[in-house]
Amino acid sequence: MVSPAPRFLAAPRNVAQRNGLDSMDWEYTAELFLGGLTRGSIYALIALGYTMVYGIIELINFAHGEIYMIGAFTGLIVTGVLTMMGWNEVAILVIAATVAMIYSSCYGYTIEKIAYKPIRNAPRLSALISAIGMSLFLQNYVLLAQTSDFLPFPALIPEIGWWKPYSHIISSAEIVLIITTAVVMILLNFLIKFTRIGKAMRATSQDRKMAMLTGVDINGVISMTFIVGSATAALGGVLIASHIGQINFYIGFIAGIKAFVAAVLGGIGSVPGAVLGSLVLGWTESFFTGYVSSDYEDVFAFIFLVCILIFRPAGILGRSDTEKV
Amino acid sequence: MKRHPIAKWIAAAAAVCLVLTGTAMADTIKLGVAGPHSGDLASYGIPTVKAAELVVKDINAAGGVNGKMVELLVEDDVCKPEIATNTATKLVSQGVNVVLGHICSGATKAALGIYKSANIIVMSPSATNPALTQSGDYPNFYRTIASDDAQARLEVDFALDTLKVKKIAVLHDKGDYGKGLAEFAKKFLEADNRAELVLYEGITPGAVDYSAVVQKIKRSGAEAVIFGGYHPEASKLVTLMRKKKMDIYFISDDGVKDDTFIKVAGEYAEGVYATGPKDVANNPMTIKAVKEHKDAYGEDPGAFFENAYAAALALLNAIEQADSTDYDAIANALHNDLVDTPLGKIKFDERGDAIGVGFSVYQVQGGQYVEVK
Repeated sequence: MVSPAPRFLAAPRNVAQRNGLDSMDWEYTAELFLGGLTRGSIYALIALGYTMVYGIIELINFAHGEIYMIGAFTGLIVTGVLTMMGWNEVAILVIAATVAMIYSSCYGYTIEKIAYKPIRNAPRLSALISAIGMSLFLQNYVLLAQTSDFLPFPALIPEIGWWKPYSHIISSAEIVLIITTAVVMILLNFLIKFTRIGKAMRATSQDRKMAMLTGVDINGVISMTFIVGSATAALGGVLIASHIGQINFYIGFIAGIKAFVAAVLGGIGSVPGAVLGSLVLGWTESFFTGYVSSDYEDVFAFIFLVCILIFRPAGILGRSDTEKV
Repeated sequence: MKRHPIAKWIAAAAAVCLVLTGTAMADTIKLGVAGPHSGDLASYGIPTVKAAELVVKDINAAGGVNGKMVELLVEDDVCKPEIATNTATKLVSQGVNVVLGHICSGATKAALGIYKSANIIVMSPSATNPALTQSGDYPNFYRTIASDDAQARLEVDFALDTLKVKKIAVLHDKGDYGKGLAEFAKKFLEADNRAELVLYEGITPGAVDYSAVVQKIKRSGAEAVIFGGYHPEASKLVTLMRKKKMDIYFISDDGVKDDTFIKVAGEYAEGVYATGPKDVANNPMTIKAVKEHKDAYGEDPGAFFENAYAAALALLNAIEQADSTDYDAIANALHNDLVDTPLGKIKFDERGDAIGVGFSVYQVQGGQYVEVK
């Protein structure tokens, strides 16, 4: 009790000094970079669906985070059943992810038909409120039908034997996450740019009425967009839950908000933009935590978002007046 | 003409005083019970009244304290500091010997000064504000509940005395509970030069991944992490630390001493330390007290019942040991005589906190929390 004040000042300064001294520590920087990459890939897997739906019908689908959460829950249930039957990890992962994607796609399709299609021509705000309502409904539905507790999610992505010595730098689960994000991004880009349905999507996005007049089945196109978006969310749900190791009914909300921010940062409506925005957000958070403090991690991330939006109001890769797919 | 009614009042007051002093002279021991007995916080105060009633009934049935019957003086303070001063004044004027109460920290603090100037010992079953005992302002105050900083104290002592670590990182989840605890831990570490506080940070609850924070802990060279918060974040942190091959101690609080933590973190939970309330449910005294309560009132006891039961026993035992209601004699007995209560055998340290009451350290061993002796 004699000199608490000097000690109080001394301790944080020591930490700051050490940080300054070791700032050329490349290993630490590399680890923060990889941490940010993983975090960014997690955001990106969710952001892709957000951005796609927005690109086609200019609707911020707030229920997207809940689709991700439902995907994770479906994956957990399938995993539980298959583990009891004694299947091996990789087979369980593939089947759980497939089932989760199909099941969540059904949810995505149904949500669109119930909550968005009837008010497609109403003011934009109505659809937004409908989306928020759907999001709350799904959260509470899972809360009541499942549980409010945190549930353990088994690690489905096995540690590859020869990679084990390096797994403390980046684990195989993280590698799988990063690769999956890249593959999903490339496939979505391909789907939109080079396929027939992709052409129809772009047409719907540009001018819904005109596309309809030239024979595009816009209802089918919009349904397809929701199906694809929900499937990516569910895939993300299973992989991310398996990486984090726990789920509850609320994970979709928090992850969804961050993914939405990332999509806006990258330029909402742009598929590569969503991934770029997510990575930028992930790195920002990771480096800020690593070199400054995690106390203000979110504050800093959002200040950064505001700064980027001041200089590029449509986001990093967004173009405000051209096609948004 | 005008003075006449006032004089009448003065005479009446004098008469009342005489009557009061008269009762105080009678050969009983007056145990005051103060706390909220009405209003929205009544549920915190009423179990203490019932505990006192049960203890007094038992003691009087067995012949009283050294032959003197114990009399209860129950006063309501509604948990409000401004009313608590009146409650205290009233109890003092009724010639109370010792007081069981008050319940809320704010009300207790307000009342303590009045008891102090009247040389009356007060024992609270529930006021957890650390300053009540630690400030040294109230030598007449005792309590049978651990103070708010007891968990942080225990965590820091455990890290320094048992684990003997030199570098400690303190993390919290930015919440009232977690951050409050972490701030106490930080204060204790800084006041002790056996270990260095190498990192003090808040993490964002619910974030998808904490790898940056974990890397930061690794770089700080910490040998132990003290985490203030709840199990969802703790399990993510521990899992990530173990995956990153960091084999350092992880010490947390009763927000983590939860079976969900073990379920979620699985094999990674092994070896994690967490402080949690001492389990008193199997103490024969507790079982007896709870049964008495059920027999007398037909329901399970409420909040702080065991603490109040223990406090009533401790106070009356001290008077019996001291064989007087003299302040110094009672204080001496409280500090030196072990008394058997539902909280175990207790006595009080020099500040007035009950020794051996409150929290113990648990460790995850084989998939469950085991008390560390």
